[in-house]
Amino acid sequence: MKILVAVKRVIDYNVQIRVKEDGSGVHTDNVKMSTNPPDDNAVEESVKLKESGKVKEVVAISIGEDKAQESIRKALAVGADKGIHVKADSYIEPLGIAKILKKIVEKEKPDMVFLGKQAIDDDCNQTGQMLGAMLNWPQATFSSKLNIKEKSLEVVREIDEGLETLEINLPAIVTCDLRLNEPRFASLPNIMKAKKKPMELLNAKDMGVDLKNRIEQLKVEEPPKRKAGIKVANVAELVSKLKNEAKVI
Amino acid sequence: MAREAMEYDVVIVGAGPAGLTTAIKLKQLDPNLNVCILEKGAEVGAHILSGNVFETKALDELIPNWKNEGAPVKTKVSKEKFLFLGKNSSLGWPTWLLPSVQKNHKNYIISLANLCRWLAEQAEKLGVEIFPGFPASEVLYNDDGSVKGVATLDMGLDKEGNKKDTYQEGMELHAKVTVFSEGCRGHLGKQLIKKFNLDEGKNPQQYGIGLKEIWEVSEEQHQEGLVMHTAGWPLDSKTYGGSFIYHAENRQIYLGYVIGLDYQNPYLSPFDEFQRFKTHPSIRKMFEGGKRISFGARALIEGGIQSLPKMFMPGALLIGCDAGTLNMPKIKGSHTAMKSGLVAAEAIVENIKNKTDLSIYEKKFKESWAYKELFTARNVKPSFSWGLIFGIIFTGIDQILFRGKLPFTLKHKHADHEALKPASQMPKIEYPKPDGKLTFDKTSSVYLTGTNHAENQPVHLRLKDPNLPINYTLKEYDEPAQRYCPVGVYEIQKEKFVINSQNCIHCKTCDIKEPSQNITWVAPEGGGGPKYGNM
Repeated sequence: MKILVAVKRVIDYNVQIRVKEDGSGVHTDNVKMSTNPPDDNAVEESVKLKESGKVKEVVAISIGEDKAQESIRKALAVGADKGIHVKADSYIEPLGIAKILKKIVEKEKPDMVFLGKQAIDDDCNQTGQMLGAMLNWPQATFSSKLNIKEKSLEVVREIDEGLETLEINLPAIVTCDLRLNEPRFASLPNIMKAKKKPMELLNAKDMGVDLKNRIEQLKVEEPPKRKAGIKVANVAELVSKLKNEAKVI
Repeated sequence: MAREAMEYDVVIVGAGPAGLTTAIKLKQLDPNLNVCILEKGAEVGAHILSGNVFETKALDELIPNWKNEGAPVKTKVSKEKFLFLGKNSSLGWPTWLLPSVQKNHKNYIISLANLCRWLAEQAEKLGVEIFPGFPASEVLYNDDGSVKGVATLDMGLDKEGNKKDTYQEGMELHAKVTVFSEGCRGHLGKQLIKKFNLDEGKNPQQYGIGLKEIWEVSEEQHQEGLVMHTAGWPLDSKTYGGSFIYHAENRQIYLGYVIGLDYQNPYLSPFDEFQRFKTHPSIRKMFEGGKRISFGARALIEGGIQSLPKMFMPGALLIGCDAGTLNMPKIKGSHTAMKSGLVAAEAIVENIKNKTDLSIYEKKFKESWAYKELFTARNVKPSFSWGLIFGIIFTGIDQILFRGKLPFTLKHKHADHEALKPASQMPKIEYPKPDGKLTFDKTSSVYLTGTNHAENQPVHLRLKDPNLPINYTLKEYDEPAQRYCPVGVYEIQKEKFVINSQNCIHCKTCDIKEPSQNITWVAPEGGGGPKYGNM
């Protein structure tokens, strides 16, 4: 069995985001970047499955500028076997990303595509689902537990009502939650070995897919500042304020 | 079971200006050398904080065509100002009356973090291996007592030190020569200085705390290339310190405050002095309506050559501010740190090839322009122990009339942690409340640093005696850790001493200033600490 795991390089989750003054986006110069956190979980789970003997090969893919290779190297350092970097110099929407991934799936023929549930930069939560639709593969999103069977997957996913357990046939798309596992640290020797693992270099422009963005971004702005809270004297005042001022009850 | 080990020719601890310079110079001198750098920050630059007005002398020697190679050294200093501040007044000091060490017209306003990122790229191009996110946590020794290398920290331990699922044992890095370039008060450098008695016969080291903010201001408030310093208010005349205000590119101002850690009043809070400083009428107008986008703090060396330890020991070297090469009156340390790195690389190559003794490093450093600079600067900082006015008068005589050539050397008499007077003898200081626009609290400030430490790991701020803060330091000094820590790591809550170590920005002030030296800073899990951008 073979897994294709997708990783995205995003602004590190600890960094305080700064919006550009002209509203065209956010500052990324000299800002610490990292792999999208749930993508780390997807890599970790893929490597675990490999270690358990159920999976033979793990291929990590990232689509983006040259530095996206850092995220691929990190995946290789914790145990992925091979990397694919699809170079793209400008922003591609989830639809375009899904189209590129579809091309890669057709070539690599994995039994499963593993993705983080969403990226923390644009919070789209679309790529996995779109890819599932395009490939006409079953999908299990927001997985927090995974069990590979003969020709199917048992996936536990978190939904509003609680936990839902699905069984889906392979090949399949799985997106995961932060609860799935705790990603390991890459060790120094493995980081060095990762530098020698194979990495295929492709270009988004040469993939033969329409990458035109469909959404026009009008403006990026900071969320309004939260107003300071107030103290109420008693429950009656609280209820009255919720009713008459906040108008929530 | 023995830990896994890797062999190198040279292992460098810390990817700051000194360590990166050493690495680059080593590979220039001998491309076959195996060189690696361990860096505790999540990436190169993440833990670098500096003013910074940069003198290019050492960079010119290292990479002469840095301009064409795209070094982020672009904003030339175009104008200089010096102000003495009273509570509501300010007095401009003519620049022609400034000692030449304080003249900056050939220098550049830079972000040292960005320069380090660029230096790291140059080093990697030459084949240097850089490992960010891996703190060196332990010095390793050979049987003959010489330094063998370092070990990285075990990762994946919980608060009590038990192994978690993600546990990973640290590994050993062995080297022919290990170079320590951790910056001011490096935690391994501190151990080495003690073990090899490197500071024998030297004055106690002197430190300062530097706080810095980056502001984005309007075009009218901005004057790219302007460098300004102030002395005086809000500090009293016994406390050594002052501000810097550097107008960088992109309508940004690098604003900072440095306070000598030999201050006496335990009620003094460097963070709040900095905030208060901004409310001075001459300063306020420079920032009003602007936006603070970054904050950080870091201790710095102020001792000069009187406190400079021996810089070599069997198998290892101390370079940059891990030894203490900052030029205090010049308020610059990057160029001298880099020069020590250049000289270190030359000495290491000779040591590896010809078995020349490592002492040649110190000899070369003492013959270099960097040491000459430090020599002429040596009397400035100690003269300020007589107070601001006498310090200025003496410095004028020493620096302008005699150009640092007076036939005597003043001493640093006390270590900084000995300087505090009991709280009962000192006045309390009331600091104004932050307004959230010009002045801020510690919480919103630490938020800007992007600081994070993985939860559930051993506390990296260790107390020798866990009861001392409450039983002694609180009574005697009103526990000054509550105030000298710029990000509120230490709190007294209901007669309990609380350490919020996840907020620590690795400035090392507690390790320096704690009056009983009860706090020891050790390296936390890799990648922890601040994530500075262009500091």
